[in-house]
Amino acid sequence: MLKLKDISVKLGDFELKEINLDLDKGDYYVLLGKSGVGKTVLLEIIAGLIKPNSGQIFLNSEDITHKKIQKRKIGIVFQDFSVFPHLNVKQNIEYPLKGKKLPKSEKNDLINKYAQLTKVSHLLNRGTQNLSGGELQRVALARMLVSKPECLLLDEPLASLDVQLKGGLRNLLREINKNGVTILHVTHDYEEAIALSNKVAVIHEGRIIQKGLTKEVFQKPANDFVANFTGIKNFFIADFTVDNTAKINDIIEIHVSNSDQLKKGKIIIRGEEIILSNKKVDSSATNNFEGIIMQIIPYLNNHEVIVNIGIDLIVVISEESLLKFKFEKYSQVWVSFKSTAIKIIP
Amino acid sequence: MLNNRNTPILFIFLGGLILLFIVAPLIGMFLATTPLQLFETTKDTEVIDSIWLTLRVSFLTTLFFAIGAIPLSYFLSRVNYKFKNIINGIVDLPVVIPHSAAGIAILGFISRDSVIGQMASSVGLNFVGHPIGIGLAMAFVSIPFLINAARDGFENVPVKLEKTALNLGASPIRVFFTISLPLAWKNILSGLIMMFARGLSEFGAVVIVAYHPMITPVLIFERFGSFGLKYARPVSVVFILVCLVFFVLLRTLAKEKKSTNA
Repeated sequence: MLKLKDISVKLGDFELKEINLDLDKGDYYVLLGKSGVGKTVLLEIIAGLIKPNSGQIFLNSEDITHKKIQKRKIGIVFQDFSVFPHLNVKQNIEYPLKGKKLPKSEKNDLINKYAQLTKVSHLLNRGTQNLSGGELQRVALARMLVSKPECLLLDEPLASLDVQLKGGLRNLLREINKNGVTILHVTHDYEEAIALSNKVAVIHEGRIIQKGLTKEVFQKPANDFVANFTGIKNFFIADFTVDNTAKINDIIEIHVSNSDQLKKGKIIIRGEEIILSNKKVDSSATNNFEGIIMQIIPYLNNHEVIVNIGIDLIVVISEESLLKFKFEKYSQVWVSFKSTAIKIIP
Repeated sequence: MLNNRNTPILFIFLGGLILLFIVAPLIGMFLATTPLQLFETTKDTEVIDSIWLTLRVSFLTTLFFAIGAIPLSYFLSRVNYKFKNIINGIVDLPVVIPHSAAGIAILGFISRDSVIGQMASSVGLNFVGHPIGIGLAMAFVSIPFLINAARDGFENVPVKLEKTALNLGASPIRVFFTISLPLAWKNILSGLIMMFARGLSEFGAVVIVAYHPMITPVLIFERFGSFGLKYARPVSVVFILVCLVFFVLLRTLAKEKKSTNA
């Protein structure tokens, strides 16, 4: 649907090199990278606000590299929302419709439809000066959606929101995506990638160093940078029950601290917080499982031990521990971790 | 420095002297003019005609030149290239050159010997001694106020808002009229007021281009030259009062607009 082919650009000291991305219709694609690596520049290139030095951009097989910005049907929502301060909420949402020859009733229907979807109906006649970050973000999204873009580019959409607002906005983004809008979302936050995306690309020093299905990228990082940047080794989709239990793949049940009473979500267990031992240890950890070591992967400062307990768990241990406890491939071991070591991402 | 109690008093004293320097001659002039003199001056048709002419020409000149000055300001605020500083310098040139010299330059530009003068003559117009000539002289010396204020206004409009508008399907010209211009309007309005006010007060350049019809600053000079201070003073007072009324009125309107927008 959206395809970037060998996009390169040099802006002062900063450079993007041969960026290739392929988004299918309906994808929620997250581009993950540290601040200042050029994620926003890439979005602006796709939207047509910056010209690339070389490479091509295709939308539905049409080369749009040199197409006018206003004709591209690619919408971008900036990190600072860029809501027009001299227009009220309704006028902001109406802005893309102003140039179009639509009957007034149809325009109003569209405004109301997207104001409802983004939950800003009650703000329509308000000015934008005193709106919160979350409200501004919703207005910016509603305004973009009335222009019916085929692909939506989001620049760190959750970065400036507090934790409470993030949850609601994530649900909104999921809903927009479910309605058929293909989304390319750039962020530095791996949690957002896990929570929202079906595909992820990791960008570093102007290049995409790994891309693929979210699960693959997180579980099989291509190199140390991706492993360290993504920062997590174990993440699973879980069904929660009322007694604070999470069922993973209908295979294993673990004890979690599910204070939000979620029914379904993603969970992360940091490999560094899992204790590996040769026999069951008596501790405050509520999750204790027996398993078999499937693989030991050496890294620069530590080792990753993949333990099968019905599902594969990646445990990070030091060289010293590996030698001391003589862990080997196919040896029987116990893993234990506290319920508080499990992070739930709604 | 702030702990030194003498410093603020010294500052107040020095600042007060400067304020006094501005206000004292004006107050002196007002006090030296009797109500009867003022009343008679307001009935003098030559004075009233010249005030109307000055107001009308300065106002129309400001509006006419804004059509080109505002786009130029936008261009200067958005485009980055090596000659930008040179253009900014050219814009400020009328502020630093003597206004009589500016008048000579304008006269050379529009006199019957020049290409423009000949073109105007062919349609029966002579800019010299004509309100259009007065307007050109006023514009020459006052346009930097508008261009600089508008450029500052446009520079304060975040480029991202314009990019967003383009991305939402607006053409560049629509972006200018619906985003850039309204957001820079406060500065532009301030620039328009300043240009208008500066045009009203211009003497040096205008007197060379058009002694007649007489704008008020030229009339004041003529009354002074022909009859002395006593006869020039009431005209000056009336004109200053008119200028102040317009200046305050326009400033108030601009402020009201600002608070309505907020």
